[in-house]
Amino acid sequence: MAKLNLWQQFWFYLGENGNYVLAQFIRHFLISIYGVLFAAIIGIPLGILIARHRKLSGFIISLANVIQTVPSLALLSMIMLVLGLGVNTVIATVFLYSLLPIIKNTYAGMQGIDRTILDSGKGMGMTRFQVLYLIELPMSLSVIMGGIRNALVIAIGITAIGSFVGAGGLGDIIVRGTNATNGGAIILAGALPTALMAIISDFILGILQKVLTPREASINK
Amino acid sequence: MEKTTPMVEFKDIAKIYHNNTAVEKVNLKVNHGDFVCLIGTSGSGKTTTMRMINRMLEPTSGEVFLNGKNIKEFDPVKLRRKIGYVIQNIGLIPHMTIYENITLVPKLLKWPEEKKREQAKKLIRLVELPTDFLDRYPGELSGGQQQRIGVIRALAAEQDIILMDEPFGALDPITRESLQDLVKDLQEKLGKTVVFVTHDMDEALKLATKVVVMDHGNIIQQASPTELLNHPANDFVKKLIGEERLIQARADITTAQQIMLKDPVSITLGQPLKSAVSLMRKRRVDTLLVTDDDGYLKGYLDLADLNKYNRVTSVSDIMITRLFKIYTDTLIRNSAERILKQGLRYVPVIDHQGKLCGIVTRSSLVDMVYDIIWGGSEAEKDESADSTQGGEVQ
Repeated sequence: MAKLNLWQQFWFYLGENGNYVLAQFIRHFLISIYGVLFAAIIGIPLGILIARHRKLSGFIISLANVIQTVPSLALLSMIMLVLGLGVNTVIATVFLYSLLPIIKNTYAGMQGIDRTILDSGKGMGMTRFQVLYLIELPMSLSVIMGGIRNALVIAIGITAIGSFVGAGGLGDIIVRGTNATNGGAIILAGALPTALMAIISDFILGILQKVLTPREASINK
Repeated sequence: MEKTTPMVEFKDIAKIYHNNTAVEKVNLKVNHGDFVCLIGTSGSGKTTTMRMINRMLEPTSGEVFLNGKNIKEFDPVKLRRKIGYVIQNIGLIPHMTIYENITLVPKLLKWPEEKKREQAKKLIRLVELPTDFLDRYPGELSGGQQQRIGVIRALAAEQDIILMDEPFGALDPITRESLQDLVKDLQEKLGKTVVFVTHDMDEALKLATKVVVMDHGNIIQQASPTELLNHPANDFVKKLIGEERLIQARADITTAQQIMLKDPVSITLGQPLKSAVSLMRKRRVDTLLVTDDDGYLKGYLDLADLNKYNRVTSVSDIMITRLFKIYTDTLIRNSAERILKQGLRYVPVIDHQGKLCGIVTRSSLVDMVYDIIWGGSEAEKDESADSTQGGEVQ
C-alpha cells in the first residue's frame, strides 16, 4: 500500500470497497433529499402564506434566518438532544437548514409576479385557488426551484457532518480516513463523491429550473 | 333582460379608504349598448368606480345593480365571469398560449373543447390576426397585437358588458388609434355595453356615447360628446376638454345633416326632359338631382347634357349616375376638404338607405369655416344659411 501514490491508493480503495462507497453515496443522497423534501412541503406553503399576508413575512423570514446562522454542528448536537442518535436527527437538521432558501425563494417568486396579471386573473373570475395554480405557481416555479437547488447543495454538505451522530453516509468514510494513519485516499473516497453529488444535483436542478422558467422571461433574456 | 332596466346602475356609491375618500357620491346609469367613458385626472375616482362593478372593490356605502339585480346577491367569482375585463398592462398570462389566454374564462366556465376552439378562431379573425397566432405566446406578439388579444379575451365568454381601464394608455398613438377603431367597431357590431376609463379626452370623445367627467370622487357632468363640447358644465370640464378642442369642436362634430339644405331641387326618374328643363328654369339651377319615386338618389342631370341629347325624352336616359355623395351622419371635417378641392359646387346628402335628404353647398362650408375662425354666434350662422339658399346651385 505504502508504495502506491495517493491516486493509486484512492482507486485501489474504490476498487476494493466500491459497493460500500456506492451504498453510502445513496444513503447520503437520500438523507439530503428527505430533508429538502420535507422542507419543501412545509416551506412552499409557508412562502405562499407570507406572500399573501405580508405582515407575517418579516417574522417568518427572520426566524428562518436565525436557524441559518446557528453553526451546523451545533444545531445537529442540539437536535440530537431531542431526537437521539441516528438518521432522523440529520434529516431534521437538513430540514431546518433548507427552510430558509425555500421560504425566501417562494416568497420572492410570488412577490415578483406582475400585479396586473394577478388583477386581470381575478377580474376575469378566477377563484383564489385558480389564481394560485393557474398563475402564481407556474410563474414562480423557476424561482422556487432555485431555492430547492440551493437547499439541496447545502443539505449535501450538512449530511456529511451527520456521521458524527451515527447517520452514515459519505461522511462516515471521511471520518474513517481522518482517523487512519495516512488516510488521505480514504478521505478522498468520501469527499470526492460528496462534491460530485453536490455538483451533479446543482447541474440537474439548474436545467430543471431553466425548463420551468416562464416563456416571457426566457424570451427577454 | 328588459331593455328598460339599465345594464349597470350606481346608487349613492361611496368608497372611503381609512380617511381618504376615493369616491364621494356617484349616481350613474349605464344603459344597454352604451359606451360610457369615465374621464378625470388621476385620483378622481374613475378607476375605483369602475372596479366596483365587478366587485374588485366593495363600496363603503351605496349599491350597484346589474340588470336591476343588486350585485351583492351574486357570487363575486361568477359575477366577474359575466363581465369582460381589460386593463392597461394587458394582463395576458405569459406562460399560456394565445389560445389558452383567449379561452380562459370559457375554460373557467367549463365549455367543451370544440366550442372553445371555435370561439377562439372566430374572435381572432374578428381582430384580423392570423389563426396560427393561437399557438404563440404573448411574449412573441407586439404590444398592439397583445392588446387586441386582451380585448377579445374580454369577449370570449360572450359577456354583455366589458370594463376597460385605460386599455390603450401604454400604446403608441398609431396603434392606439387602430385599437380604438377596433373597439368602437366591435362594440357597435356586437352590441356590447362598455365602461371605459381614460384620462385622454380625445379618446373619450371619439369612443363614448356618454362621457362621465369625474373629479375628486364626484361626477361633474355626464353627457354625450356633442353636448359636452357644446355645453361644458363648468370651468373644470372646460379645462379638461381644452380651449383649442372647444373651438375646433364645432367643425369636428358637425355632421352633414346639421348644415345641409333640406330642400334640394330634384326630379324623379320617369319624368320627361321637358319638365326637367322647366324645373331648372323655375328654380334657376343648372343641375338636378334625380331620384326614384321613393326618393332614393339615383344620379344627376346637367344642363350641358340636356343640350346635347335633345332627342331623348326621359330623365333616366341621360342622367349621370356617378356622383360623390355623403351620408347624413358624415362629419363635415372628414369631407370638407374633398368637397373644396374637387371643386364640387354641392354634394348630395343621403341617409344610410340611400334616400336623398339634402345637399351641402360650398357656401354652407364657408359659413362653417368662418365660424371656426371668427367664432360667429349661432344666430348669425342661421341667417347666413338662409341667404345662401337661392344661390346654392347656380
